[in-house]
Amino acid sequence: MSEKQLNITVRGTGIVGVWQAFVLASKGHNVTLVSKTREPFSEASSWIAGAMLAPFCETESAEPIIRRLGLQSIPLWQEAFPHIENNGSLVVAQPRDTSDLKRFARQTSEHTTLDAVQLEKLEPDLAGRFRTGLFFAGEAHLQPHWALAHILQKAADAGAKTKFGSTDVPANSDYVIDCRGIAAKDELPNLRGVRGEMAIIRTSEISFSRPIRLLHPRFPLYMVPWPENYFMIGATVIESDDTAPVSVRSGLELLGSAYGLHPAFGEAEIIKLSADIRPSFPDNIPKIIVRDKVLHVNGLYRHGFLTSPALAHYVADYLETKAVNEEVFVVEH
Amino acid sequence: MMLEFYGQKVQSRLLMGTALYPSPDILQKAVKASHADIVTISVRREAATTQLGQSAQSGEGFWELIRELNVRLLPNTAGCKSVKEAVTTAKMARELFETNWIKLEVIANDDMLQPDLFGLVEAAKILCDDGFDVFPYTTEDLGAAERLLEVGCKVLMPWGAPIGSARGLNNPFALESMRAYFPDIPLVVDAGVGAPSHAAKAMEMGYDAVLLNTAIAKAGDPVYMAEAFAGAIAAGRSAYKAGVMEPRNMASPSTPVAGTPFFKLD
Repeated sequence: MSEKQLNITVRGTGIVGVWQAFVLASKGHNVTLVSKTREPFSEASSWIAGAMLAPFCETESAEPIIRRLGLQSIPLWQEAFPHIENNGSLVVAQPRDTSDLKRFARQTSEHTTLDAVQLEKLEPDLAGRFRTGLFFAGEAHLQPHWALAHILQKAADAGAKTKFGSTDVPANSDYVIDCRGIAAKDELPNLRGVRGEMAIIRTSEISFSRPIRLLHPRFPLYMVPWPENYFMIGATVIESDDTAPVSVRSGLELLGSAYGLHPAFGEAEIIKLSADIRPSFPDNIPKIIVRDKVLHVNGLYRHGFLTSPALAHYVADYLETKAVNEEVFVVEH
Repeated sequence: MMLEFYGQKVQSRLLMGTALYPSPDILQKAVKASHADIVTISVRREAATTQLGQSAQSGEGFWELIRELNVRLLPNTAGCKSVKEAVTTAKMARELFETNWIKLEVIANDDMLQPDLFGLVEAAKILCDDGFDVFPYTTEDLGAAERLLEVGCKVLMPWGAPIGSARGLNNPFALESMRAYFPDIPLVVDAGVGAPSHAAKAMEMGYDAVLLNTAIAKAGDPVYMAEAFAGAIAAGRSAYKAGVMEPRNMASPSTPVAGTPFFKLD
């Protein structure tokens, strides 16, 4: 419990906002969660996220701070969300792309190299498909829709009030935590959108226990198994802030790669193709920007689920002790 | 003599791609570290969902970060598979970036990403006639090269190896022939370069510049690798100007053997 109870308004109900509300309310603050949309999550880019908790795989292209934030966040997820799947993740490549697998292994850590027999043991439905792969035992994944709803519920249980369909910030707020993602671009000029496209398919012919990344020089893809025979296929990374529907080309890449992973996906039903943009700063690293009584938590790029819990605790600590971690805090005067 | 492309003097002989970097921030640092003064940008991909013909503002955030570098932009038609698509993309690029420069790619197939030479010559003619300064991504084929020059290209960019393959200079004999055949045309090795030594080799052959993307963007440390390539290209260029010695079959002592204490008569 904090010494002093603060009136805090959290703006935005994506993954960042619900975690901020949950953690701050749990610390005993008087939290109001404000969302522009009547339905929470309806415009949140986290709604179409892959929601892999993959701090080791991500270091293939992300800075070391992402790994640190991820390693801090995984236990927080495990504590808060009972449906988290702690089965690790798997990285595979077609024989002709083995140099991509070698590169991936070199750039990352905490993995073991599997042969075909070990692969089959881990994911029986991949039997005979790949000769080698990398297994990251310390990684996890979750169903993002369930996770968002669950953390929102936990925030409410901890006493956070919700005000949906409104942009009014209560006048008595001691602090405003702005987690609006790309909608805060007018106040954060160097925030840009990075487009991502994903597909959801369903089949009962095949099942996996963990996310699988298929490396490919042109269309790297990951597939996350969701409950009830759903699979999420993601995701393109395009330097564009266009939120138009998925292009035919991207759709072909996503679905074609799924088929390449296993022909059984050829018979799967296409449930949905979605596109949105990830709020990102030029270095693709999340920031907590302190402007007096307003804290912007933004720029989580493709690491929203991976880093939100840790960032929520950083904000809570800041409000209590003014402690700042230089790697993510920017205190403006 | 300073290198010129279409009347524009350039200092650096390294042309850098801007795709596949971990972040725009690292891209900016890599370009600065290499002192490259030309970067190429993919119009089609970053505006992927913007309908052709409409003005594409959707990549604005990213393009703004590239403009901040204050380097010359060479838009490209990467990924275009037909003449029509390449020409439309080139026109969109001219509008967006206010430059007549275009790196023209017409790709024949997905597996090797090799240039479709027939389509390339056709598209190059349309674009040159329309006032573009065309940088064609081509092979070492001398016939195709002559056609490209005939239709108005003043630069040729033969591949070293297939795009992103990191195989280096696949056909050094053909690249040397091309250099000898077109002594006065600016020649740039474009694509397939994996290691700085590959780039140095191209420069030692007398190529005017090297264009590459993946080898830097996907390196463990792209900023450090950008520096490495800049150094290799400068070294290769100096070596070409200095004149590289010819290989020979026998040892050739650099100090006289006769008269030294260890010289043996038998």
